[in-house]
Amino acid sequence: MRTLAEQVLALARRSAEWAEVFMISEEETPVAFEANRLRSIETRQTRGLALRVVAGGRIGLASSSRLDDPQALVDDALATSRFGAQSVMAYPSERVEDGALDLYDEEVTALSPDAMVQMGQQMVDRVRARGEDLLVDVNVHKDSATVTVMNSSGGLSSYRKTTISASVHVNRTREDDILDIFESDASCHLRALDVDGMLSTLLGKLELAGDIAPARTGSLPVIFTPKGVAMALLGPLTAALSGKAVLEGASPLGGRLGEVMFDPGFSLLDDGLVPGMPASAPSDHEGVPTQRTSLIEGGRLNAYYYDLQTAGRAGTQSTGNGLRSLASLPTPAPRALRIPAGQVAYPAMLADVAEGLVVDQIMGAWAGNLLAGDFSGNVHLGFRVEKGRLVGRVKNTMLAGNVFRALQHLAGIGDRAHWLDGQTEVPHLYFANLAVAAR
Amino acid sequence: MRERIVSALRSQQADYIEVRLEESESTQVRFRGHELEEAGRTRALGGSVRALVRGGWGFASFNDVERLPVYVEQAVHQARLAVREPLALPSVPVVEDVVRATAARDVRGVSLDDKVRLLGEYNELMWATAPLQTTAVRYSDLVRRTTFASSEGSYIEQESLDLAATFVAVARKGNEVEQGFVSTGSRGDMKVLEGLHGEVAAAARRAESLLSAARIKGGVYTVLVDPKLAGVFVHEAFGHLSEADHVYENPRLREIMVLGRRFAGPHLNIADGAAVPGRRGSYAYDSEGVPAQKTYLIREGVLVGRLHSRETAARMGEAPTGNARAISYRYPPIVRMTNTFIEPGQATFEDLLSGVKEGVYVKGSFGGETSMEMFTFSAGEAFMIRDGKLAEPLRGVNLTGNVFQTLANIEGIGNDQAWSEGGGCGKGEQSPLPVSMGSPHLLIHDVVIGGE
Repeated sequence: MRTLAEQVLALARRSAEWAEVFMISEEETPVAFEANRLRSIETRQTRGLALRVVAGGRIGLASSSRLDDPQALVDDALATSRFGAQSVMAYPSERVEDGALDLYDEEVTALSPDAMVQMGQQMVDRVRARGEDLLVDVNVHKDSATVTVMNSSGGLSSYRKTTISASVHVNRTREDDILDIFESDASCHLRALDVDGMLSTLLGKLELAGDIAPARTGSLPVIFTPKGVAMALLGPLTAALSGKAVLEGASPLGGRLGEVMFDPGFSLLDDGLVPGMPASAPSDHEGVPTQRTSLIEGGRLNAYYYDLQTAGRAGTQSTGNGLRSLASLPTPAPRALRIPAGQVAYPAMLADVAEGLVVDQIMGAWAGNLLAGDFSGNVHLGFRVEKGRLVGRVKNTMLAGNVFRALQHLAGIGDRAHWLDGQTEVPHLYFANLAVAAR
Repeated sequence: MRERIVSALRSQQADYIEVRLEESESTQVRFRGHELEEAGRTRALGGSVRALVRGGWGFASFNDVERLPVYVEQAVHQARLAVREPLALPSVPVVEDVVRATAARDVRGVSLDDKVRLLGEYNELMWATAPLQTTAVRYSDLVRRTTFASSEGSYIEQESLDLAATFVAVARKGNEVEQGFVSTGSRGDMKVLEGLHGEVAAAARRAESLLSAARIKGGVYTVLVDPKLAGVFVHEAFGHLSEADHVYENPRLREIMVLGRRFAGPHLNIADGAAVPGRRGSYAYDSEGVPAQKTYLIREGVLVGRLHSRETAARMGEAPTGNARAISYRYPPIVRMTNTFIEPGQATFEDLLSGVKEGVYVKGSFGGETSMEMFTFSAGEAFMIRDGKLAEPLRGVNLTGNVFQTLANIEGIGNDQAWSEGGGCGKGEQSPLPVSMGSPHLLIHDVVIGGE
């Protein structure tokens, strides 16, 4: 594939000032259990090549899964460059070394479909042991990918990554109540996949979900589990910290670097350099070395995240956050958002709540006005707290608020941060008052 | 090619094997602010094989179509690893057909220059209409040729066209940011992008006016739902529950969703079907080669049908409905909606509005989600209703409810009907799938709305 990339670059350079090839070659094996039983075994091989050119100062893009006609790809990219944006990119010219990120594990590539079926079956059996009326869906998924970015100014980054992931969804259906609980984990390394931890978290929630407790409308203390934090709160932060939203003036966090805007205990970083994590990589999809970027530090707004073109327009430098699919240009996107742990243990948070909610899964929160920081969603899995005790699961409950306002005052930050799918690491967060609507 | 596919199919022993080969070209155009941010072209060539051996499925997808026989062998091998009890797929007609796609103003005949010019015009129209912070225009079209061949002897060449466009206006005042948007789509017909000036300008004005709209107090309300949002409602709240793959392996849900059960008043009729002509979810054959149909889900308030693949139909002892769809060659077909709609009723808009003492009129939607029992959707625009009249504008209105209660709580059904063609449906890893949704105005009582 490397030779092909060089060919395409050479061909493109005949008519373009600058050219870049982005290539992916990937093989995935998903094994699926449905309703307690093995359902399917799949393999998916994907390869593709995207060519970005700058011709006449403008950016063009073409991509293809056909590797037999480099000239067609070059022609398509040149044709679109007549319309594209004026390039203000600082072209990478370095060779990015793979470093010590430890993203590839031979044990994952060697794992047989049979062994994956066994892993899945054990997960199904352990959950099913808790009740005959439980329906368990399990997915075990392995992925091995090679990503290459090569440009005509000498920039080169190429790395291999394996990912092994497992997810469990348990369903219990009754006449007027459907219970769903999801847990999952992922890692680059087979041995780092924490199936036991995932199952014990799931079974703990299943235990608590037995009784249904009434919810009431009002302003109540709310504790988000790490999964709840990721589902409800990270979307607005991701949208508003994007260098692109800031550049366009569409982010309420724009133009406020250096200001203390959040609780002094609250920090947020984007970190694509944690060894063994699926979100990590030596470079982004433009060949810019991956960084650890402090976005919010002790409540103070520190930085936004950028790709090359947005950084060029904003008069700053890329933070190594230019991510893309084959069919589209890179755009600023976080690698792995991490909220560092605080001081308060989860049991202590619970003990502090006289009446309130613990929220674990929230539905539809993504569909609100994310840029403005609004979140509003149905509490898909949440528990009522009375006098420091979880008394049952709530239903027909809507939670609403504004992330930026809510994060100004935190009643507590969990003393342990948890990785979710190797994509983000967050602790429990405790808010003294959030709006709850229930029927 | 046909000989090679057929000989690959014959090279292996399985209860059923199908091959899909696909070739596609797509164009994307994206404006942000005043600038054209991205114009791009994508070509793809790939295929997949799906095999069934005693109830177990194997599937292999690939780009290297030259090696088809290897992938047939791989899919069959995987299916053998997944065997369970035998599954007899219900018989469907063996079809040999060639389907060509046509459109009044076919995307294939429109130059990139003309697409960019038209989209740019609408983008500038938003800027000229209201004081905005930024805008976004997203356009994509797709031309796809699929060859489907099965071990039963079907051989179908099907061409399909798709087009989707969204226009977003963003207004800002201090920390407040609001959006107005319009989205549309078609089966590759550029005509849907003609004459959108009124709607696009209205989106720009809406973004600005939402900045001064009031926030709703959370609670339980009577809501009057416009056809666009009602379309999202029928898709999220009932459409997904009608997909048989959510039901067939869940004995309790099968009892709840038993055909013949009453879910709503006799005024409610809901149907889905790719045979409904000319809509974004229309096609001739689904991804299993089954001819498209129109399927009633609810008739006069009673559950009368559901959406099937051949497998779910077999397992539930019902007939296939032509609803097995794969988003591309990379994925196996699963049960999906096509064009889902509520049929018009009797009430005029005035009838519906005048009966509401205090409530909320919700219009358009940023999206929705379902967990089968519960659904949520966000309104693009909303107004308080007081004493049967539209009152002050609201913003940030998100609704939630229990599907079964909410269907029973539909009080009134309008005599109008409008369709949304801009939607993309997500299920599992397969998103966005072209679908359309249609509905009249609906009046529903006891809906939970979130708010501070």
